[in-house]
Amino acid sequence: MIPAPAFLSNPERFMAFSRWAAPLFGLIALVLALAGLWLGFSAPEDYQQGATVRVMFIHVPAAWMSMFVYACLGVASFLALIFRHALADAAAQAAAPLGAAFTALALITGSLWGRPMWGTWWVWDARLTSVLVLFLFYVAYMALRGAMDDEAKAARACAILALVGVVNLPVVHWSVTWWNTLHQGETVFAKGGPKLSAVYLTPLLLMGLAYMAAFGSLWLVRIRGEVWRRRAEAALSRLARA
Amino acid sequence: MSPALELLKRETGLAWGRGGGPLVSVGFYAGVATLLPLATGPEPARLAAIAPGAAWTGLALAALLGLDRLFERDYEDGALELLALSRLPLEFTCALKCLGQWLATGAPLALAAPVAAIALGASPALAPLILACALVGGIAFAFTGGIGASLSLGARRGGLLTAVIVLPLFVPPVIFGGGALDAFAGHLPWRAAFALLGAYAAAAIALGPLAMAAACRNALS
Repeated sequence: MIPAPAFLSNPERFMAFSRWAAPLFGLIALVLALAGLWLGFSAPEDYQQGATVRVMFIHVPAAWMSMFVYACLGVASFLALIFRHALADAAAQAAAPLGAAFTALALITGSLWGRPMWGTWWVWDARLTSVLVLFLFYVAYMALRGAMDDEAKAARACAILALVGVVNLPVVHWSVTWWNTLHQGETVFAKGGPKLSAVYLTPLLLMGLAYMAAFGSLWLVRIRGEVWRRRAEAALSRLARA
Repeated sequence: MSPALELLKRETGLAWGRGGGPLVSVGFYAGVATLLPLATGPEPARLAAIAPGAAWTGLALAALLGLDRLFERDYEDGALELLALSRLPLEFTCALKCLGQWLATGAPLALAAPVAAIALGASPALAPLILACALVGGIAFAFTGGIGASLSLGARRGGLLTAVIVLPLFVPPVIFGGGALDAFAGHLPWRAAFALLGAYAAAAIALGPLAMAAACRNALS
């Protein structure tokens, strides 16, 4: 992972790479998602959950991504804060709404799955609550970014906030677990191998990879958009001075 | 008198006078505690069940009140630049600001917390633990709140933004404090939750000033 940011830290190289990488990742995401959904919907019904078990293929990868994107946000914010790298800041800024979207998707599909399975839309269970707090962190990040006129100051303040979140989120997660637990524990990454039969595990992992590729594609597109926006603003201010 | 003590005196005095100081905070707290029975109904049995938790939530909300002016006032009149130039490290200055905030509003709120809880129907035997939780939790609220207040320097509608940033950070102390009170009311072991609340407050004292000083330097740059 370490050489990748170093290679891509050059904006010219990044723009050349992302020009073909973004559509490629999008294509990969589409193929994987179609395969995953096909396998998911042709899988036999669960003996307990019936057809609703298929919500898993939408819900679980979204929950994985909600945390993975925050990790990306944290790494990008760290690089932006320490090395004052403009591209890293653009990456952090571009990741936040995507992470919030994945988190919202995980919360909404989880709620739709919880209604037939647990008999309730929402319970104050540990995992649900900590994902909700994760969503609040994304909201705070985007609110802070939007409330500042000075972009350089907004960038550094947001990076500090993201790093505060990196320190605090494990504590939140742990404290809420200590507080209450109903959601089932780790199934796929459990000790001694996955506790899930292969007919479900294969489409789930395909969907996980599809989400990952979709995030990669959308992230690159958003970073490119941010780079173009900054270039346009720089050009405008040069024009205004001339 | 040493510069640190002088600064603590200044910060406490400012927090005391800032927009009414402890009087407004305690008044707000009393208002929240009054609204609760009006919303849920006055049956003593129902109120008593949620009284410690309601008193604790109200405390967290009241702790938000003075935060918006904690750094902003010094930022606007230039005092923050002078403080950043002084011989004291900026991290230490930020910690003293939070300590002053806690002395001026956190401690009076802590004294009001047992009164509010008992008025809502909590058992009077709970009062000492509520006071202790409110004192320790108030430190955690002041030091994590300072992070939000310093980060929203220079933002539009900074006060509202501070609340949005700070409330997720309040999750662990609210859980630990509420857990200790709940366990004590149910005759269960409560020391572990109280110790965790103290640990969170200690971590906030240790790490919060680093983030606050970084945010202040950014705002002043």
